[in-house]
Amino acid sequence: MRPARLVSAPVPDSLQRVVGGIAQKMPNDVENDDGDVEMKTSTGFTVSAGETVLLLGTTKGAFVGRARDGGGWELDGPHFPGEEVYAMAYDGRTGRSRLWAAPGSPFWGTTLRFSDDFGGSWSGKDERPVRFPEDSELSLKRIWQIRPGSEAEPDVIRLGVEPACLFESRDAGDSWQPVEGLLNHPHRERWQPGAGGLCLHTIVGDGEPGGRMMIAISAAGAYRSDDGGATWEARNHGVRAEFLPDKHPEFGQCVHKIAHHPSNPGRLFLQNHWGLYRSEDWGDSWVDIANGVPSDFGFAMAMHPGDPDTVYIVPIESDGFRCTPDAKLRVYRTRDGGASWHPLTEGLPQENAYETVLRDALATLAPGQVFFGTRSGKVYASRDDGDSWELVRDGLPPVVCVKACVA
Amino acid sequence: MRIVLPEALRELAGGRAVVEMGVRHSVGGVLGALNASHPGLYDRLMTEQGALRPHVNIFVDGENIRFTGGLGTRVGAGSEIFVLPAISGG
Repeated sequence: MRPARLVSAPVPDSLQRVVGGIAQKMPNDVENDDGDVEMKTSTGFTVSAGETVLLLGTTKGAFVGRARDGGGWELDGPHFPGEEVYAMAYDGRTGRSRLWAAPGSPFWGTTLRFSDDFGGSWSGKDERPVRFPEDSELSLKRIWQIRPGSEAEPDVIRLGVEPACLFESRDAGDSWQPVEGLLNHPHRERWQPGAGGLCLHTIVGDGEPGGRMMIAISAAGAYRSDDGGATWEARNHGVRAEFLPDKHPEFGQCVHKIAHHPSNPGRLFLQNHWGLYRSEDWGDSWVDIANGVPSDFGFAMAMHPGDPDTVYIVPIESDGFRCTPDAKLRVYRTRDGGASWHPLTEGLPQENAYETVLRDALATLAPGQVFFGTRSGKVYASRDDGDSWELVRDGLPPVVCVKACVA
Repeated sequence: MRIVLPEALRELAGGRAVVEMGVRHSVGGVLGALNASHPGLYDRLMTEQGALRPHVNIFVDGENIRFTGGLGTRVGAGSEIFVLPAISGG
């Protein structure tokens, strides 16, 4: 553990939601002489309700960020120094204020930890709640996605993991079970890993308990369930697999990310390992929308939080040269559902920028905030839908996960 | 019988670099006892399928158990068991 920097601060009214909606005491809280509750954190980091919080997972630890009064950003970390953190999430449902992170190591394995005080303290390092059953003969390698369920299922959280499977908790993260319909899927024995491993990295859904979900696996493709996860069918019609002899197999595509908007859940956008697609029928069919992009290869894709026609991507030159085309760091945005794409460059380097933005390192947050991190350790933020960007931090370890939330 | 831990795992053994164990006859037996006394530590060494993690090395009296019988490697009362990460990663 790194040395703790302890601070004490009165809990203002605005923070009371952060600790559960009432002035409840946290494990580290103390009462001062006046009887006021003070919250001690190990990091000196306090977050007020309504603040934007940035979660950054890197290959050498996690950072938690907040906008500094008067401009700029303040980062706290690294949490879990030396461990890779490919997945983070915020669960703010039903009065919670919980951060989740999945620190892991290629040596010692992966676990799942949470914090109820924005990283001041984390649940036990020795707990390892996500385990494949013995008869599966599978062992957890990495957690790629942590996805709290909708408001309609406030105690449901789902995980996308490697080797490809979905885990589900129905008690807000106390216990986890693999989703049997995917664990025992008949295609499993023919799924092949991509360069990052056989990972289930994307989970989207209609938010209805027992409803429709789509997951994405590299390199097995997209699978949809119409019954809350009991059964799954491949949904890759129209998506090409450039690296296979049969360019349009039922499954085996290397999908890198899928985005959707809750106001139009039948519409999905897909960034493939070569190929940019849209579906208007929950993935039954996909059409090419690589209209005006310098490359249709890329990893990251994120939906505008308020506009189902607006999507962000960061094109990458090729799978052989995984850097931004023309050494320019450009985010591309469509405002018309993929009919056209336009570069966003203000505040981003337009020369000597050999950058890579990985599949989970691009995030959006209402009203018009966009964030991304690069493999070279830079993090950028936009507050105007991507029209202009500011550098949040340079010199971090390679950034593999960016999430943003409102505390 | 002593298990010597690398820095990264000591937090899971109460901050200690060495865990003293009662006598067991094999590395598998030692790890089974470790699972009972320090399950979090055991999980860092072994997968949920009971296999040694691929990048973890265990040495018994200076020999890597991958070459001396794996988890069946014999140990004695005076054995010193080193746990070390493999030299890999970046």
